[in-house]
Amino acid sequence: MNAPNTSGWRPAMGEAGSGESALITASGDRGLALEEKLIFELGRPGTCGVDMAEPVGDVLPGLSRFLRKAPAPLPGLSEPETVRHYTRLSRQNYAIDLGPFPLGSCTMKHNPRLNEKVARLSGFADLHPLQPGQTVSGALEVISELADWLITLTGMHSVAMTPKAGAHGELCGLLCIKAAIEARGEDRGVILVPESAHGTNPATAAFAGFSVENIPATADGRVDLGALTARLGPDVAGVMITNPNTCGLFERDMKAISDAVHAVGGYVYCDGANFNAIVGKVRPGDLGIDAMHINLHKTFSTPHGGGGPGSGPVVLSAALSPFGPLPYAARAADGSVHLVEEEDAAAMGHSQSFGRMAAFHGQFGMFTRALTYILSHGADGLARVAEDAVLNANYVLRSLEDVLSAPFGKAGPCMHEALFSDDGLPDDFTTLDIAKGLIDEGFHPMTVYFPLVVHGAMLIEPTETESKDGLDRFITSMRSLAARARNADPSLKSAPHLAPRRRLDETQAARKPVLTWREGS
Amino acid sequence: MTRYFTEDHEWIEVEGDAGTVGITDYAQSQLGDITYVDLPEAGAAVKKGDAPCVVDSVKAASDVYSPVSGTVSESNAALADAPELVNTDAETGGWLFRLTLSDAGELASLMDADGYAEFVKGL
Repeated sequence: MNAPNTSGWRPAMGEAGSGESALITASGDRGLALEEKLIFELGRPGTCGVDMAEPVGDVLPGLSRFLRKAPAPLPGLSEPETVRHYTRLSRQNYAIDLGPFPLGSCTMKHNPRLNEKVARLSGFADLHPLQPGQTVSGALEVISELADWLITLTGMHSVAMTPKAGAHGELCGLLCIKAAIEARGEDRGVILVPESAHGTNPATAAFAGFSVENIPATADGRVDLGALTARLGPDVAGVMITNPNTCGLFERDMKAISDAVHAVGGYVYCDGANFNAIVGKVRPGDLGIDAMHINLHKTFSTPHGGGGPGSGPVVLSAALSPFGPLPYAARAADGSVHLVEEEDAAAMGHSQSFGRMAAFHGQFGMFTRALTYILSHGADGLARVAEDAVLNANYVLRSLEDVLSAPFGKAGPCMHEALFSDDGLPDDFTTLDIAKGLIDEGFHPMTVYFPLVVHGAMLIEPTETESKDGLDRFITSMRSLAARARNADPSLKSAPHLAPRRRLDETQAARKPVLTWREGS
Repeated sequence: MTRYFTEDHEWIEVEGDAGTVGITDYAQSQLGDITYVDLPEAGAAVKKGDAPCVVDSVKAASDVYSPVSGTVSESNAALADAPELVNTDAETGGWLFRLTLSDAGELASLMDADGYAEFVKGL
């Protein structure tokens, strides 16, 4: 049955890109590569895929003015036409389930199928947030157990589970800082943000009502401790530091930074989006951090490509814990878990809460997946996740640094992502050309032009998902692209050649975006 | 009229107490195609080092810092429909905003054209 194919025979398949591929088909499709119209361009008016009940009786008095005067401009498709439309579109998509997705800072790691199996258990999947508490004790147990894990892994005092994503978590942390400062009767309006921080950090600080001041990076890509301490003073509410930072480097001075900020009465926010690089290895609580969000949808799988929402719980120090949001899961003496809401916050000693981040208890579907990931890995497995993520990134860094400039390559090992610049490429060839070439090679491009501290940045995060074989395939493609750029291969300037569309005019798309479809346009 | 430059790649041309601010040709070449310019409103008070203006390009959104303190008197309305002017005419028709200087003494800390050319060479 499974005899190896020793002769190496394979059926003749024709070569892609040969003369025959110029054939123009009547449908516009090319074989099974489908050219799909917008749903509004499909179907016929009046076709409906579902049986709608005829209205019974008269329209209620007072509502007649809401009656439609003309049919709603909905696409008219049958059920199979609708199913085919979305399935055909899905075939044009790229996903982590199709291949490597090396977006730096996004941690596009594999989403274990066990997560999905657990999340689909009806006791988790079919709950309603307004159900009586005693009917959802299992779900509350999940929230409480996950919270315990996050507190243990980070060495912090408490955790706010309700924030819905990373930036939402940042806002939660800064609102805690604001509440703590107000409780002290002080007026501190400045948040310091280093150049090596995530771009969301200054935006969050501004949104929370602080003014933002930049702190420069050192030549080796880390926070300039001297510049930071020189700026500290009674007007500084705190700092926001991304660690590991966006250059893929660990901020070695983190403890010294925390001590200096605390000495002048400020608080330390850490952007924990890159926690996957240090989970099981470093406890942020030991570094003097007061608040840090954890992207459950990165560090504990289910990335954006999983199609689901994010979840950004925030771990808090003892100093900030009293100000954390409601509701939160608390375990009673009898072992049962309940959600502490406004009604019992004072009785639970939590009357200083700044308020709520969300209507309910947070992104429960992500909690089940993250807890599944944590329990299936165990503490040792989580440490191995960080080790493998860092090992893979360093393998990419060292395998490409002779053909692409690695600005911090000499500064030692990187963490979970490898950073390259466009230095050394011929004048006309840019980071964008390499990224477009990767599409032809069958990979999703890496993050480009971020972080800003590096010229023409290419930020690659392989995650622990990729095997050595997978990394070698990616490296082979990257080396080929770097060689084509160095040889000024004009075909790279016009890449992609093999995607459904050629190079799009990104400038025009930003300057004159067409965001809505209009009939006849 | 005298033109001054900052280390953050803004230029300001000053006549009396009126200044015109833009970004340098070097800055636009680094940013790539400009897609949008967020301009300050007339009457806005700015301090030296404030960022009253943001330039978006295909690569990044970048703050433009005011080289001096003053009150914004006018923004370049042409940029609303043609942000590419900052690419093609960064140091002329692609100016960003005008302001009335409140402290001409602040100009002393800025570079002249030769000084800026040297500064860029060192980057």
